[in-house]
Amino acid sequence: MLLEIDNVTLAYGRIQALHGISLTVGEGEVVALIGANGAGKSTTMRAISGLRPVSQGTIKFDGQDITKLRADLRVIRGVSQSPEGRGIFPGMTVRENLEMGAYTRRNRTEINEDLQRAFTLFPRLKEREKQTGGTLSGGEQQMLAVGRALMSRPKLLLLDEPSMGLAPMLIQQIFDIIVEINQQGTTVLLVEQNAQQALSRAHRAYVLETGRIVKEGTGRELLNDPAVKDAYLGVA
Amino acid sequence: MDFSGLIDNFGPLTVTGLAQGAIIALFALGYTLVYGVLRLINFAHSEVFLMGTYACLIVWGFFGLDQNSAAPSVGGMLLYLVIGLVVAIIASGVTALAVEVVAYRPLRRRNAPPLAFLITAIGASLFISELTGVLTHRNQRGVPPIIQAKPLFTIGDTTVTNLQLLIIVLALVMMFVLDRFINGSRLGRGIRAVSQNPDSAALMGVNKSRVIALVFLLGGLMAGIAAVMYDLKIGVTRYDAGFLLGIDAFAAAVLGGIGNLRGALLGGLLLGVLQNYAAGLFGSQWLHAASFVLLVVILLFRPTGLLGESLGRARA
Repeated sequence: MLLEIDNVTLAYGRIQALHGISLTVGEGEVVALIGANGAGKSTTMRAISGLRPVSQGTIKFDGQDITKLRADLRVIRGVSQSPEGRGIFPGMTVRENLEMGAYTRRNRTEINEDLQRAFTLFPRLKEREKQTGGTLSGGEQQMLAVGRALMSRPKLLLLDEPSMGLAPMLIQQIFDIIVEINQQGTTVLLVEQNAQQALSRAHRAYVLETGRIVKEGTGRELLNDPAVKDAYLGVA
Repeated sequence: MDFSGLIDNFGPLTVTGLAQGAIIALFALGYTLVYGVLRLINFAHSEVFLMGTYACLIVWGFFGLDQNSAAPSVGGMLLYLVIGLVVAIIASGVTALAVEVVAYRPLRRRNAPPLAFLITAIGASLFISELTGVLTHRNQRGVPPIIQAKPLFTIGDTTVTNLQLLIIVLALVMMFVLDRFINGSRLGRGIRAVSQNPDSAALMGVNKSRVIALVFLLGGLMAGIAAVMYDLKIGVTRYDAGFLLGIDAFAAAVLGGIGNLRGALLGGLLLGVLQNYAAGLFGSQWLHAASFVLLVVILLFRPTGLLGESLGRARA
């Protein structure tokens, strides 16, 4: 297993956000995490990337315990996150934002290759290369956040709501790109409100409710699960 | 109001003001750098400067120089100047780092509220200043005549001295170097990233503690240079020298737009020049009062300062 989360609890002050979450992501998989607002999806992501310290439980990455490791050191191990709300650097150009994604890397030739790859995946970013991040549209910022997260050549890519605020056509496109990234060898853990898309594209998925995992299965199984259909797919 | 005093001395007042402003600008960078990353006013920065003013005097003392010494030869002047700058830069840089490690870092570890940082900043400032006061018996210390101000050239009826030129050129060069570092280097990019979005910066692999230490250090280095220039220009230092000039420097940082490096330069030069105009117009006793009236007026129209944006947005 590339990622193993065992019985993780996490609290914001007195508010318990995660009540003992356990999940795994295998190498080469696309795994989706679905659930309602406030179920703890983004919190789970922050626990994995290290932005939030966990109260209990362990997080193992690539066989090693990273529970107490600082966020910036997890990047070097191969964890990369496109955060909720995109988190781009508004005063840096698109190119500088992408290069920030490669901050931990030194090999200029490889970085340039990956810049070209990002521009190939998102031609729009190439057009906007010299514009500052703050002047981009929401969709463009989303592409930038995903492209930037790829620039560290991660083993595990964490995507928090990559379809948020995107037009329906762009949603299709960004999921196509996620599948493409995965086929190029990157493992993906994906948080989504858009359960229909997420479940049809992911190998496996977990359903989160109020800080607990209530269901897991293959994408197909969950797509056909009556309770999931009822709660998350908008069909009775 | 003495309009003829201002008009007759317009050139000299401008040059004096620019030299004064250049020192203020270098000093102001420390406030703006730290603010850009931590949203914290490091009031102890005035004592970072203070340590620089003493450090170069102490090392010049090792060479047997005091305020009664004869002026050195040109070669000696350059040598002493470089040694003084290096020692002051080290002293100020180390002081800045020490303040960060001893005073602020423990608070950050405990997620202390902003007010705790503010009172700690004031406390650290007072502590270092008062300790210096006790150790020096609150006496001022004279500066050896490393550089004797001599007229270098004249534009119209305005004479520019070698010292004024040195101060202005050195400040501009340091600003340029710092600007290239922040906007052009990998570490500089890390600083901008933390100032624009600390969480995202961590997700890129930026070590925030290291970035914070770096901005304190950079601010300290600039204050060290300002300190040597101040010594040479004013001729004495005292335990409260940092406090008095620190208020000007902080005002300059706010005037230019705190968090913005170029704003600190602009704010410093503007404040220096306008203070001297005000002194020409109303008499030198009004120098500080007039400049702060102006600060208030400018902030009424531009509340975020003249170039008011964040450090991270400072673009090449």
